[in-house]
Amino acid sequence: MNRRAAMIALWIMLLTLPWWLPLLGGYTALGTKVLVYGLAAIALNLLMGFTGALSFGHAAWFGLGCYGAGLTLKYLVPSTPLAILIGTVVAGAAAAILGPLVMRKRGIYFAMITIAFGQLFYFVAVRWNNVTGGEDGLTGFAREPIHLSGLSLDLENNQLYYLVLLLFALGTAIMAWLLRSPLGHTWVAIRENRRRLQFLGVRNDWFVWAAFATSGLLTGMAGALNALLFNFASPQDLHYTLSGNFAIMVVLGGMRSFWGPLVGVVIFVVAQDYLSSLTRNWMTFIGLIFIAIVLLFPKGILGMFQRRGRVT
Amino acid sequence: MQLLLFNASNGLIQGVFYALMALGLALILGLNSAVNFAHGGFLLVGGYLAFTLMPYLGFWGALIAGPLCAAILGLITERVLVRPLYKRPDPIYSLLVTFGLALVMEDAVRTAWGAEGLPFSIPDWLNSPISQFLFFVTRYRLLVIVITVVATLALYLILRFTRIGIRIRAGTRDLETVAAMGVNIYALRAFNFGFGCLFAGLAGVLAAGILGLTPTMGASLLMPSFVAIIVGGVGSLVGAMLGGLVIGLASGITTTYYPAASEAVIYMIMAVVLVLRPRGLMGEEGLFE
Repeated sequence: MNRRAAMIALWIMLLTLPWWLPLLGGYTALGTKVLVYGLAAIALNLLMGFTGALSFGHAAWFGLGCYGAGLTLKYLVPSTPLAILIGTVVAGAAAAILGPLVMRKRGIYFAMITIAFGQLFYFVAVRWNNVTGGEDGLTGFAREPIHLSGLSLDLENNQLYYLVLLLFALGTAIMAWLLRSPLGHTWVAIRENRRRLQFLGVRNDWFVWAAFATSGLLTGMAGALNALLFNFASPQDLHYTLSGNFAIMVVLGGMRSFWGPLVGVVIFVVAQDYLSSLTRNWMTFIGLIFIAIVLLFPKGILGMFQRRGRVT
Repeated sequence: MQLLLFNASNGLIQGVFYALMALGLALILGLNSAVNFAHGGFLLVGGYLAFTLMPYLGFWGALIAGPLCAAILGLITERVLVRPLYKRPDPIYSLLVTFGLALVMEDAVRTAWGAEGLPFSIPDWLNSPISQFLFFVTRYRLLVIVITVVATLALYLILRFTRIGIRIRAGTRDLETVAAMGVNIYALRAFNFGFGCLFAGLAGVLAAGILGLTPTMGASLLMPSFVAIIVGGVGSLVGAMLGGLVIGLASGITTTYYPAASEAVIYMIMAVVLVLRPRGLMGEEGLFE
């Protein structure tokens, strides 16, 4: 009951955000950014928190989504829905193809390999100048208005926010549904006791692969939306620093809770926005935040409120 | 031909730095069960402190003092940040703490020494090339290789024959049993972490003489060192070393023919190795699987 009330409150807050956020001194684009990063962080948590596979290279899928959408708009077709679709599919396909290389690895080794793979895409984006814009990032594209049987959306401020919210709802609904399915229970079981599952005849590797590909796909969708939000795709969207940021957002919010990462994103994005305007040494502060979170709030903010033994 | 040799030698020197970094990382990965993301930070500390101390200690003094400072900082880091995390089974925490530390260290170096690159001056006689044809093989580069060989050999002898080295190797296998035999594993792990950082510091000083000093050099050397471990095989120090040399050389050779791919090739080699030989060149089967 309590949980349902919290859910209703969350969605009412998200639906009315363009009205109340400016009153708090924020701006709608900041809310859109929170949703985009939130989708990516929740998708990462599907892997990190629920399957127990420590992916530290999620910027790769996020960035592929960015570049996929941006390149589509710039070179292929000026269509926003297609750009989102292609960005999402490119990231999902890349994750599905690379998945078999990492699915058997565990723990830190899984993290190391995923970090390194992320850098592959980073260097391709930086060095393939004439297509990707290199170090400066991909510019020269813009989100196109959507025409829906007489209804025309120009996708400025609030309209873009609601488009992102719609896809955020879709993405989180898919993940929540998956986690309730037998597949999701298998993921949690892999996290809890991989060896036991193996003895039961479950092919762990391919279930990890499924989580990896799903997570990559939805992170890619977040990336595509990110490209539309800024009309820009930057190599920084592929850099491992962003992977680390995603991971700390997840831990800060709470790895064991579905909505935890969203809380982490809100705090992190607002803190970053504020700190980078306040001091040149914001990197130090972000680093100290990392250290403080790990040492002081290992369970995350929502984790502290959670009852023991609850799985989802 | 000359161009190829030139690039190959550049690549090999890069590979030496990757190998030194990877050795330290592999040591820490083994006994401390942590990916030390701040390894690049310790490299920076080694290089920059050597730069600052050089006017007082001279080149050779700085060469020794830089890595030692990195090691001491490593000991402090282990005590304050890494040790509290040993009892948490999830490796994400040590990864995130060292990640945060890496950001702090890079920013601190940038604040203290400036964002601009600094020249690290080495004695003139070391800078002269050994022949006209091989104009790029300076005495300094040979010295880098000699020092690396000596350091690696020393590491091998320590791990093979000294009591503490044998304990480190045993602890990598089965820490609980080592503890049960009365070894102070906290001291052992602290020593090991400092030892790993010593190698990062050494890489920093040696790299400074060739690449100069920039605050981002640590981060840019870190990722290939991860790849070196993956290519060489987790659990094998020789493998980490070999992996570093292989990817450095491959990157150098690629520069001759297709410069744009010189970084990407490192990661492609990793992918190929993971497909053909998932445990890495010299890795043990089943580790981390």
